[in-house]
Amino acid sequence: MTEEVVATAGEGAMEVKPLSPWADTWRRLKKNKLALIGLVIIVIFLLVGGVQEIANLLGPQNASETATAAQRPWWQRGYLAPYDPNGGDFHAGPAGPINPPSMKHLLGTDYLGRDVLSRALVATRISLLVGIIAVGIALAIGLSLGPISGYYGGAVDSVVMRMADIFFAFPYILFVLLIMTVLGPGFRNVFIAIGILSWAGYARLNRGSVLSVKQVEYIEAARAQGASDLRIIFRHVLPNTMAPIYVAIAMGIGGAILTESALSYLGIGMRPPDASWGSMITDYQTYFFAGQWWMLTFPSVALVVTVFGFISFGNGLRDATDPKLKE
Amino acid sequence: MDELLLDVQDLSTHFMTHAGVVKAVNGVSFTLHRNETVGIVGESGSGKTVAALSLLRLVPDPPGKIVEGKILLKGRDLREVSNEEIRAVRGNDIAMIFQDPMTSLNPVFKVGMQIAEAIMLHQDKSRRDAWRIAAELLAKVGIPDAESRVNQYPFEFSGGMRQRAMIAMAISCNPDILIADEPTTALDVTIQAQIIDVVREMQAQYNSGVILITHDLGVVAEIADKVMVMYGGRTVEYGPIDEIFYNPHHPYTWGLLGSLPRLDLVEKERLTPIKGQPPDLLMLPPGCPFSGRCGYERPDECPLTMPDTEIVGPEHGVRCWIPNDERVSARSALPRFVARSK
Repeated sequence: MTEEVVATAGEGAMEVKPLSPWADTWRRLKKNKLALIGLVIIVIFLLVGGVQEIANLLGPQNASETATAAQRPWWQRGYLAPYDPNGGDFHAGPAGPINPPSMKHLLGTDYLGRDVLSRALVATRISLLVGIIAVGIALAIGLSLGPISGYYGGAVDSVVMRMADIFFAFPYILFVLLIMTVLGPGFRNVFIAIGILSWAGYARLNRGSVLSVKQVEYIEAARAQGASDLRIIFRHVLPNTMAPIYVAIAMGIGGAILTESALSYLGIGMRPPDASWGSMITDYQTYFFAGQWWMLTFPSVALVVTVFGFISFGNGLRDATDPKLKE
Repeated sequence: MDELLLDVQDLSTHFMTHAGVVKAVNGVSFTLHRNETVGIVGESGSGKTVAALSLLRLVPDPPGKIVEGKILLKGRDLREVSNEEIRAVRGNDIAMIFQDPMTSLNPVFKVGMQIAEAIMLHQDKSRRDAWRIAAELLAKVGIPDAESRVNQYPFEFSGGMRQRAMIAMAISCNPDILIADEPTTALDVTIQAQIIDVVREMQAQYNSGVILITHDLGVVAEIADKVMVMYGGRTVEYGPIDEIFYNPHHPYTWGLLGSLPRLDLVEKERLTPIKGQPPDLLMLPPGCPFSGRCGYERPDECPLTMPDTEIVGPEHGVRCWIPNDERVSARSALPRFVARSK
């Protein structure tokens, strides 16, 4: 114990070069076990979802091309899982279609004899897509309006912030339904709707940071160099306001995944037979109380663990970038 | 006399605030020639910085507004040109060095990038060329190992090095005029001297005119050719450096000189502070802003109207109601000037 303390003190004393903001954040993030667990979960989630997306891109765009996906070579099936996620098999096990977890079907099979593990794996892709697309759209809108609003202030600021207020005030699910009516059905449109609805948080968060950064001398120095307003806003102000945004992105992806599940649960979004964690939860909930617990449990666990990962990582990141918490 | 670069006539910048109109700069005039250094001195809130920012139209509008006057850059009135044109002037014709080097470099960019960006904004240079020039400039302002230093971030620079980098950025487009807004205030004394040397070298090399804003008369004595003393937004006295230091006529200038420590005195001398507080810019008297703190005040004249400029020496003007002979006798009674005449 004593040795450790001495070693740390020596290390601190030898540290002459100041740490870059990134290195400093990582150094403090490393001490937060929960955030590291979150990071590991996120990495696994990104890998699984990414692999499924690649498989989907490689696979046939038209499902009726060949009879069943399982008959194609594995790299052309459109998924990477032990079984076809949508292919039912009424003789999947000794008990007919519904079988508890076994060596053949690690997470069991559902009422159509579909492999729950395969469905949950493929559904990871949907959650990944909703995270990227919805948060991407929200960022694109929020990070263009927010900085402009904060930088110019006055009437521009009032208009943008009142718009944000309207978006905050509207009932969320109702607004998604409204946008879905405009955009038409399709699960990608759900993502777009979620993105359009969540820009206001990013805009407001960023506006606050812009208000403080725009007062700083290097912004005045940039102006004195003859930089234009747009250049100052997006090149000089915006990069300096990103730290809270990174946190919001981590939290936002978790939130978007949850929202998608909620919408799928309500029957908006994923169409059967395609699986998302939310639609699986809807599908399987009735079987849970009949004792066939495995169908509902595994997609729920995947959902909870993933969202937990994003939120605990986001929390850790916030603490690590918060100068007030510096030791 | 070298080419006339800048002719500021009757410049007034006011801030329209909720509490009323703040007259930050009130009828200030001065000229700047090539190879010349003009020092603008005065205490905090005397309008020095706002005057300098007004030259580049950098005063935030609203609430600030240049309400009167001409800013003639080589004959062209900068108040009249479009926003596009003033952007082309900023950094290219008139460049600025700011007070606090710790905050005037953007922390997210490499130092070289910031200099290169200034170059690319005004000159038709490729990214590669701009970076090369940035490294040369850093070497020129005395940063060792500039080739690798361009790739470092501001947090890896010390205060003095950052100020050197700011100077490199300011001179990157070979500006005619360099405005240095308290360039040494945030630095320790040994670094101050080095930075002043760098400014002076760069001025000699680029033949530019320098406007040095400071409240440090020591810095002014070292580098300036002409001095303008500002108080409450007005010029109270201006003149060549020697005139201001050895023949000051305005009681405020006496006050500034009296509060300066001196090394050349054998006897112990107390610093004489200027009594009172700087004026509230919202409630300036219509007359001399120094009335009320002055000590030689004539209550029926001073607070009511601002006197005209009286020429008291070669290119040396003062705005004061006290008659010339009374001023000279009052001055010779001050401890500082008594000591000098011994």
